Amino acid sequence: MPKIVAVTGNEAVAEALRQVNPDVCAAYPITPQTDMMQRFASFANNGKVKTEMILVESEHSAMSACVGASAAGGRVITATSSQGLALMWEVLFIASGLRLPIVMPLVNRALSAPLNIHGDHSDGMGARDCGWIQLWSENGQEAYDNAIQAFRIAEHMDIRLPVMTCLDGFIISHSIERIEYLDDDAVKNFVGEYKQLNPLLNIDKPVSYGPLILPDYYMEYRRAQAEVMTKVNKVVRDVAKDFEKISGRKYGLFETYRLDDAEVGIVILNSAAGTTKDAIDALRDKGIKAGLLKPRLFRPFPYEEVGEALKHLKAICVLDRADAFGASYGPLFMEIATSLYSHKDKPILFNKIYGLGGRDYLPDHAELVLNELAEVAKTGKVKTFKEYIGVRE
Amino acid sequence: MATPLNLKELSKKEVLLTGGHRMCSGCGAPPVVKMVLLASEYPVVASNATGCLEVSTCISDYTAWKIPWIHNAFENAAATLSGVETMYRSLKKQGKIDKEIKFIAFCGDGGTYDIGFQSLSGAMERGHDMLYVCYDNGAYMNTGIQRSSATPFGADTTTCPAGSAVPGKLQQRKDLTKIMAAHGIPYVAQASPSHWSDLMKKVRRALEIKGPKFMNIIAPCNRGWRSRTDDAILLSRIAVETCYWPIYEIENGVLRVTSKPKEKKPLTEFLKPQGRFKHMFAPENEWMLKVAQEEIDKNWERLLKEEAFTAQQEPAKE
Repeated sequence: MPKIVAVTGNEAVAEALRQVNPDVCAAYPITPQTDMMQRFASFANNGKVKTEMILVESEHSAMSACVGASAAGGRVITATSSQGLALMWEVLFIASGLRLPIVMPLVNRALSAPLNIHGDHSDGMGARDCGWIQLWSENGQEAYDNAIQAFRIAEHMDIRLPVMTCLDGFIISHSIERIEYLDDDAVKNFVGEYKQLNPLLNIDKPVSYGPLILPDYYMEYRRAQAEVMTKVNKVVRDVAKDFEKISGRKYGLFETYRLDDAEVGIVILNSAAGTTKDAIDALRDKGIKAGLLKPRLFRPFPYEEVGEALKHLKAICVLDRADAFGASYGPLFMEIATSLYSHKDKPILFNKIYGLGGRDYLPDHAELVLNELAEVAKTGKVKTFKEYIGVRE
Repeated sequence: MATPLNLKELSKKEVLLTGGHRMCSGCGAPPVVKMVLLASEYPVVASNATGCLEVSTCISDYTAWKIPWIHNAFENAAATLSGVETMYRSLKKQGKIDKEIKFIAFCGDGGTYDIGFQSLSGAMERGHDMLYVCYDNGAYMNTGIQRSSATPFGADTTTCPAGSAVPGKLQQRKDLTKIMAAHGIPYVAQASPSHWSDLMKKVRRALEIKGPKFMNIIAPCNRGWRSRTDDAILLSRIAVETCYWPIYEIENGVLRVTSKPKEKKPLTEFLKPQGRFKHMFAPENEWMLKVAQEEIDKNWERLLKEEAFTAQQEPAKE
């Protein structure tokens, strides 16, 4: 029987990792992730998991050790945030290039400078093109569910790619929510036995990992990797269907909220989606037909499906919890714009940057945006295509 | 105890780094790797830092490695191998693997002394059961002979060229072998391919010891050293005979110089055949020869004192 608990996001993800029971975990502390790996280390040292811990001296070594352990032939995890992910950056590409199904929760946090330990999406967005699959989570329940599904997606024989599961630092990682845990056996059966593919530890069949590939074949190798990405979308949906059978919870490529009959919409990632849904309810009562789309699979981005889901709207505001300096718009905005580009009748699009470095995103902010959307839908005019909200100008 | 070396038996063993790789003719690194692998009485899984050895031995779709081999990046061969070794322990504990496997990292001096130093130090401190082998040619040879912290005093490299204002590298080398000994790991050794039997005995000894082991092995590079193509083994011998590269081991804190030159040759015998030291023989740079010789003398005397001192300590325990 599923168990209903009141736990933090970090605690819930640590529990998911315990239930999956991987072979090796590399861990290095960084706020706000620390608490997750601390809990997992406690499982390991109290015999609750079979996992061997590698308590490395940096995140660079954490990801390097994960690459070694995964190539060796087994299920491997680590977790990080912010600067830790930035330090791993080089090795992230190697993990995906070598097609190693490592699973890594990312507790989203702002990047330095200035130093800030609170939640925004700069870290995950900075690593969005590193060949990893990215799943984003609104709350502790989704973070828990995504962590479990990540293993099935990563290890699928059509995929064999690493997966990052993102949850908002502090807002979710350190807030206590009502969460439903699955039974240990249900999770164990769901993820199944790990299947090895060309394990380095098979000394009877020696393999070489990490060759030099020059211009004669490098591009074919990269092309093959791009091809794998095209298969992720279906696997994510299939895994979600199986997950629904054991959890009763529905997942897809993205979540929509009151979107079908909406005239205007907000696109937003992670925890701020919850606040936005409340604001949408409030404004619906006042006659504004608003809806929401919250991406779950951000890499590979489901352009076609997102475009189809949004194309009927008159106006859309994309809210980014990260800026892309030097680019015109935030990273999420650019994906939404691309999703709609091929459609003949496009909604009007504009972009807001919010919540950097853990700045609160309040219902007032959402209402302000929704009122502006209603105005834009009516007049067809946008005052500013991109601006910061909740900021002292 | 490790099995004594038997030349007749060794000659029948398969060479695990095949020929046909693209290392330069006369390079000192491949013989070092072959000796290390030949010495092992166990199956070996290797990791390799980016560098000459790595780029030349596994160019897709070919590999010169007849053992499982992994290259990750430049600075993380130790961390990578620590992951492989940890997975091995995990699977062994679960009964999924029963074979006895040894783990060896091969890295150049740049990937060891400099950019890979943190990764190496961390892996040694964590106590992984692995042997880390540095093949030390004293510069970043793969990228074109740039100075590293292993580059000897005075050397002319492409980033510290012997110029009219600065006559080559003005700093002494980092004594990495001693730094690794200071980690308190059970076995640390320095070796030279000229003394092949000594080198291979050390590898065998190291592989019998559980825990982290480090070996620093000199590997002459005729391109960077600007020496004759076929002088790698000769130069590594002179390096030992001049005490530029003393060969010794430190087992559980007890230091033993494994081969002492009958007559310590002057350092100039090591420097003279190498173009990278040519400018040091110009009259205005003679002070450099003196400084270089003094450093060698000081280190050699200290090494002998350390040997005498640690010999008085408790004998090494198994």
